[in-house]
Amino acid sequence: MRVLWMKKEHLKEFLESSKQFGDLWGPVKKGETYVYDKIDDFSKLILEPKRTLLPVKKLICPPEFSMFRYDEENYNADLDNIPRRVVYGVPPCDIHGLLILDDLFKRHYPDPYYIARRERTAILGVSFCVPTEGCLCKSMGTDVVEEGFDLFFSDLKDSYLVWVGSSLGDDMIKASPNLFNSNVTRKHLDKFIECKKERDEKFTRGIDMSVIPDIMELSYDNPIWEEIGERCLECGACTMVCPTCNCYNVIDEPSLLGTKGERKRHWDCCIFKDYSLVAGEHNFRPTRADRLRLWYTHKLQSFGYSGKPACVGCGRCIDTCPVDINILTVAKGLLSAKV
Amino acid sequence: MNKKTSNENPFIPEPARIIRKYNLSDDVKFFQVRFVDMEKALSIKYLPGQFMMISIAGTGEAPFSISSTPSRPGLLEFCIREVGEVTRALFRLKENSIIGVRGPYGNGFPLDKIKGHDLIIVVGGLGAAPLRSLLLYALDNRDDFGNIYFLYGAREPSEVLFREEFLEMRGRDDLECLLTVDEDTTGNWHCGIGKVTNLFENIKNIDAGNTYAAVCGPPVMYKFVIDKLVKLGIPKHQILMTLERRMKCGVGKCGHCVVGNTYTCIDGPVFSYWDVINMKGLV
Repeated sequence: MRVLWMKKEHLKEFLESSKQFGDLWGPVKKGETYVYDKIDDFSKLILEPKRTLLPVKKLICPPEFSMFRYDEENYNADLDNIPRRVVYGVPPCDIHGLLILDDLFKRHYPDPYYIARRERTAILGVSFCVPTEGCLCKSMGTDVVEEGFDLFFSDLKDSYLVWVGSSLGDDMIKASPNLFNSNVTRKHLDKFIECKKERDEKFTRGIDMSVIPDIMELSYDNPIWEEIGERCLECGACTMVCPTCNCYNVIDEPSLLGTKGERKRHWDCCIFKDYSLVAGEHNFRPTRADRLRLWYTHKLQSFGYSGKPACVGCGRCIDTCPVDINILTVAKGLLSAKV
Repeated sequence: MNKKTSNENPFIPEPARIIRKYNLSDDVKFFQVRFVDMEKALSIKYLPGQFMMISIAGTGEAPFSISSTPSRPGLLEFCIREVGEVTRALFRLKENSIIGVRGPYGNGFPLDKIKGHDLIIVVGGLGAAPLRSLLLYALDNRDDFGNIYFLYGAREPSEVLFREEFLEMRGRDDLECLLTVDEDTTGNWHCGIGKVTNLFENIKNIDAGNTYAAVCGPPVMYKFVIDKLVKLGIPKHQILMTLERRMKCGVGKCGHCVVGNTYTCIDGPVFSYWDVINMKGLV
């Protein structure tokens, strides 16, 4: 991979110039949390990596969008008006989330909506993040990322190592040639190792993924599912904040005249009771225990066409669940039989 | 219809016309449908056991098994019970109305494997929808199959779907067509009375190791029917069933039909009893 370096003070100029490739988005502070937002005022952009309330999936699989308009004769999908964006500040765990979604949406009947947004969104990754208490990426192997971004900025305190991950990323560099230096020296490597080590030492928690997938396979009848099913409020927040939850519902919204309208996609949630309900009132996952087990099967054992666990260790479910059901408590519960 | 868009976008339905529509029972109707684009209508390829997504713009979309056989091209047939919003809207439409159809989706029955084997088809109620396709296909390609048994159970005579068609098949000497109802309230039902599992005593002429079974019916039926098929000595991977799930896309994206990490719309809806043993939550 092509790697360059950039002085830290040049980041602002680079990001300003990158606006020619699309609207600049990045994390901004909102109340006590951070959210990805369009950056009109550069001073609001948070430069260091932060865990945002919703992962970057909200820009690639939006919570709600129109798939097509229909009238009496035609179905018209408008993929041309999907905006071009440059998203700065995406941490490695979120990029791993996108890689998992890429596989799902690009294999077997490629999804043109996902692909169009993915292609028109430049992902500018950043590390090293300061791990919060809930960060589990080190144990999930998602604390470093080798693909899925256009550019990646490794923070070496006074400079950035800049990894070029795509042709678009290369174009962005070429548009600001004076800001980058291709002469990566021993000094940069030493600094890189030092910063990574410093970050690695700050992780306090993890999940032992060498055993968890097998434990999941053996825990189908574990009482843990009933126990957390009793406690779960069925709010669905864990699925909204998870970087690899992609489930959606499809709803037609007719205009007042009835002959025209649009078909929309909305985020759905496998924890909701009607998720597996078919016409005739048969429910394939009638209890919360059934539905929570499905969610944890996907996150800790196998998900999608790759069949790999889909948890990227971002820790959002830990901060989000109001009744303390999360990837960490469930993994611990499976290992110790205590929730 | 913008053809370019529809080819690239698997979510855009194609317009199709309802050619015929009539009652199969009090709450089940037969729909014969043809793509408006005649080339598409005549060239569409599918397997018995596959399904299509049918759209009523303004109401929504739902998956439906194909009841017709690919050996009779041009028309797609569906056997549909009024149970939800999409079917309610579909039932209100008249012949000649335009609906949206996309597909076919799912794996369908593995015809290449089934050919050369004896075949037992076991149906409960609306399970006739997908399995009529396999039955008609096998009859249209009769020389490719060994002995064929068709076992069909319904609650009462008025609920026997495709009644005339199946009653007529009882006269064929290249098929054992066995029909039964739980209860006869009409007094002029001349076939079996009792559960579909009672019909198994009539299966005398099969080579179990060289037999495929195909099962579809209400969820409660599977356990009893599979017990019977296993007792006959049919290998578990040759006992096939087609399963129902909630689906919003049909193309492995929306997540609703997932069992473990298996997408019913991609890897199913036809699964073997061996799959069922290995995949918790499938049945």
